[in-house]
Amino acid sequence: MSLYFTQEHEWIRVDGDTATVGISSHAQEALGDIVFAEVPEAGRKLAKGQEAAVVESVKAASDVYAPVGGEVVEGNQAIAEDPSLINSDPEGEGWFFKLRLDDTSELAGLMDEAAYREWVKTL
Amino acid sequence: MSKEVHSGPTDQHHQARGEPYRGDPMGGEGTAEPEIRTVPLDSWHRAQGARMVPFAGYHMPVQYEGIIAEHVWTRTSAGLFDVSHMGQLLVHGQDADAALETLLPGDLRALGDMKLRYSLLLAEDGGIIDDLMATRRGADFYVVVNGATKWGDIEEFQRRLPRSIVVDHMKEQALLALQGPRAAEVLEGLAPGVSQLGFMQGGAFRLCGQQAWISRSGYTGEDGFEISVPANAVEALATSLVEHEAVKPIGLGARDSLRLEAGLPLYGHDIDRETTPVMAGLTFAINKRRRAEGGFAGDMRILAELENGPVQKRVGLEVDGRQPVREGARVLDGEGNEVGRVTSGGFSPSLQRPIAMGYVASHLAEPGTALKLEQRSKLFDARVAPMPFVPHRYHRKGARVP
Repeated sequence: MSLYFTQEHEWIRVDGDTATVGISSHAQEALGDIVFAEVPEAGRKLAKGQEAAVVESVKAASDVYAPVGGEVVEGNQAIAEDPSLINSDPEGEGWFFKLRLDDTSELAGLMDEAAYREWVKTL
Repeated sequence: MSKEVHSGPTDQHHQARGEPYRGDPMGGEGTAEPEIRTVPLDSWHRAQGARMVPFAGYHMPVQYEGIIAEHVWTRTSAGLFDVSHMGQLLVHGQDADAALETLLPGDLRALGDMKLRYSLLLAEDGGIIDDLMATRRGADFYVVVNGATKWGDIEEFQRRLPRSIVVDHMKEQALLALQGPRAAEVLEGLAPGVSQLGFMQGGAFRLCGQQAWISRSGYTGEDGFEISVPANAVEALATSLVEHEAVKPIGLGARDSLRLEAGLPLYGHDIDRETTPVMAGLTFAINKRRRAEGGFAGDMRILAELENGPVQKRVGLEVDGRQPVREGARVLDGEGNEVGRVTSGGFSPSLQRPIAMGYVASHLAEPGTALKLEQRSKLFDARVAPMPFVPHRYHRKGARVP
């Protein structure tokens, strides 16, 4: 299993041809108290970079992009019902959706965990 | 992940009403004071763990532990707010009350000593230049205006008041607010006698060895106080206050969600030069004598609107679902026609639902009227709701209605 990050602060955990996507701890911290999340339905096809989900805090609204292309296998209904899960466990229980990857070569441009954590410190 | 900040920490600079906040705290252009200043408590806020943002030309704390926790704390205990960015003015000179009455529609001549009134600085066409609190101190008036608008307000006062009236900007004073159900108990311990003040009454007190001007007033809908002290004494006072177990520092984020629940308008968003006191539902600020006599800026238009009703009115909106609908969203009637705009909106921590305020055509302003809101091509069901959304809990002496 491998973990990657985007410059837009999504994380993507890949297991074979399936990937789980969420927003990073840094992203939830920057957003503050999250009060709303909308996740994609199973079966939806997403292209790399396409708007896939919505997350809103008390102060800000954000789109979550698909870090890689694929078909949605599952949206996390738990965060739709309790958006504060994204604050309390952003890189675990607060995941947004699972994808079946179209093309694993799209992972090539993403940061690995160490690179992302270092890069975030410079922001 | 994109990040689109909507109402920021409620910046007030040069932003058209109903336009989404674009994240530029200075509003882009035309600001009289371009550099960002610091408040006297700047380093204190940082030491308390504040996240600082530019607001009204100052670096200000938007949150400490988190907006929702701070909001709930203020509703249940006592929250300490630094509002030192606001303008504190002393207006004095012969017949200052009558002079101010040419620009403000309130009854200042009848205002009792040490009493406060909410009022509005009006343009000649009846538009609102700012909203403010005016306190009579003998023959003088202590006036607190919004931070982003204070420089312009001072110019307006100086230009439009007679030369015999002097407007002093009390730059050496800091301003704190202590708000919430335990505020009186906490402040009484530091300034004995302060709990005897009634709502919208002020007085001079000794507080932590300093002279302080304390008013029973605020911007949260809770009982509470606003405390003016010399800038060089404010850090010791803030530290003394948060040493009490009932008190935590509260940022601008919660200040915004608290005032929204309380139905209180925010200048530059819910009221501005394009709105009148009648459109904004602030007619309580125009008393019977002023309605009969007029004699204030914009009186022709404002009195006509009182008589015939305004074209649009400010209303509260209850939004279905969980998603916040924010400033700039369009308000649509049943046929899809645009009938107004949302001017403030967000998630209510007390009610655990989205709420908003905005302007609608007057025939759609009755509570219960079903409307649609449009935000980023998505439609939301909403109903006009009475304000405040969360009942005010001001400290009123006896049964007297203000």
